[in-house]
Amino acid sequence: MQRTLTAPLAWVGRSATDVAASFGRFGSFSLRVARGGRDLGTWGGLLATQMARLGVQSLPIALFVAAFTGIVLALQASYTFTGAVPLYFVGVLVQKTMILELGPVLTGLALAGRVGANIAAEIGTMKVTEQVDALETLAYDPFAYLAVPRIVAGIIMFPVVVVFADAIGVLGGWITAVSLLDLSTPEFVRGLQLFFKPFDVQFSLIKAASFGLTVTSVGCFFGFGTTGGAEAVGRSTTEAVVAGSMAILVLDAFWAAALLR
Amino acid sequence: MSIEIRDLRKAFGPKIVLSGVSLEVRDGETLAVIGSSGVGKSVLLKTIVGLLTPDAGTVVVDGREVRTLGREELYELRRRVGYVFQFAALFDSMTVFDNVAMGLRRMRLPPEQVADRVEEALDRVELLGYGDRLPAELSGGQRKRVGLARAVAFRPKYLLYDEPTTGLDPVTTTVIDTLIRKMSSDLGVTSVVITHDMTSAYRVAGRIAMLFEGRIRFIGTPDEIRAAADPVVRGFVEGRPDLMQGVA
Repeated sequence: MQRTLTAPLAWVGRSATDVAASFGRFGSFSLRVARGGRDLGTWGGLLATQMARLGVQSLPIALFVAAFTGIVLALQASYTFTGAVPLYFVGVLVQKTMILELGPVLTGLALAGRVGANIAAEIGTMKVTEQVDALETLAYDPFAYLAVPRIVAGIIMFPVVVVFADAIGVLGGWITAVSLLDLSTPEFVRGLQLFFKPFDVQFSLIKAASFGLTVTSVGCFFGFGTTGGAEAVGRSTTEAVVAGSMAILVLDAFWAAALLR
Repeated sequence: MSIEIRDLRKAFGPKIVLSGVSLEVRDGETLAVIGSSGVGKSVLLKTIVGLLTPDAGTVVVDGREVRTLGREELYELRRRVGYVFQFAALFDSMTVFDNVAMGLRRMRLPPEQVADRVEEALDRVELLGYGDRLPAELSGGQRKRVGLARAVAFRPKYLLYDEPTTGLDPVTTTVIDTLIRKMSSDLGVTSVVITHDMTSAYRVAGRIAMLFEGRIRFIGTPDEIRAAADPVVRGFVEGRPDLMQGVA
């Protein structure tokens, strides 16, 4: 009876301790990354490669997602507005939704899968095969060599990818509007311009940069935390994708509450 | 003494791995540390270069206590210590040349000097001409030789080998053992070789230390260990677990 009562409390206690320990480990990881950031000589030369890997090579998946999102947005707007709202509002909805929300968030989620998993798997494999230790013995700071260029590349390249995704999403909406809906290009453009604010683009870029920071940091954190063998690498990769995706949704709500009120 | 370990203790959670290891490695000698799998040999080696921090005790290398060194001082020390990993730990995405050159580039040497040193190191391990290959294109023995080349490219004062012959066939094991002896005689380095292969230990070492239950159980020359009366030492050397059972 007593055990039945104490078991849930013990579980809560253990969970709280685990969460606190995770935050502690992430804090320690962040400090080491910050210290590695001062070692420009190590990571500076690796930045361009990481920008290409994380950003340029992510463009196809991001643009694919954005194009179809734009198409669906235009069709759903037309379906919703029929008879009640002027059809050029399709342009308003496509523009606002793509730039403020779906461009950065869907790109972030797609890249959490692609980039976050890639980083966690790569660093995790290096950790379990002692390549991270080998860096240490060769007098390299592994955080400066592995984490910093990836995180800086993420902060720079996620906004670039999101700009393209926003543009392709709107383009997809426009092509759908003129080819499948009874809407002309001037009407669609009128809708695009109607409630457009330059701040919308800034908002989209701020969110994208924060997603880039988060996805790459989480990937590196789980990669460096890998211990064991192939199974542990798989676990770290999964955890990086799940944690990165959840962090994107939390940040999305945070930025909306902080900047759109 | 070039490497001096005093009362070293290390535990991982509840598992005590080292419980008071004391060991001295003399200048220019090759010391083999033997012991069963999981006894803490690699942990011991990693504390020497500061890859692991001991819970208690001291490790002094070249007159400097490793635990008290700042980041830059530790890196400076590591430039004098070559480390050969159990499975080579080569960087998969880099060619053999780049793997060997990694540490040299960190020293900011001019490219032509880096190239010369890489060539010299690959020549020492008899892999000249393999610079353009990727680690995936090498055999297990070749990978270990590249790992050795990477460690000696620094021209270190110390060489630490973590199970250098594990997983190799007898012929390749002999090749690696010969290279270890060659490094010792050609470069005059002080070496510590972690192994559980007694044939290798006899071949390369001037002295052999046996790690058992977190402490050094025996230390002596190959002839002394062959003649040891301690049942634990005899049991390990002769491959007879029955002699070791029930002995503390």
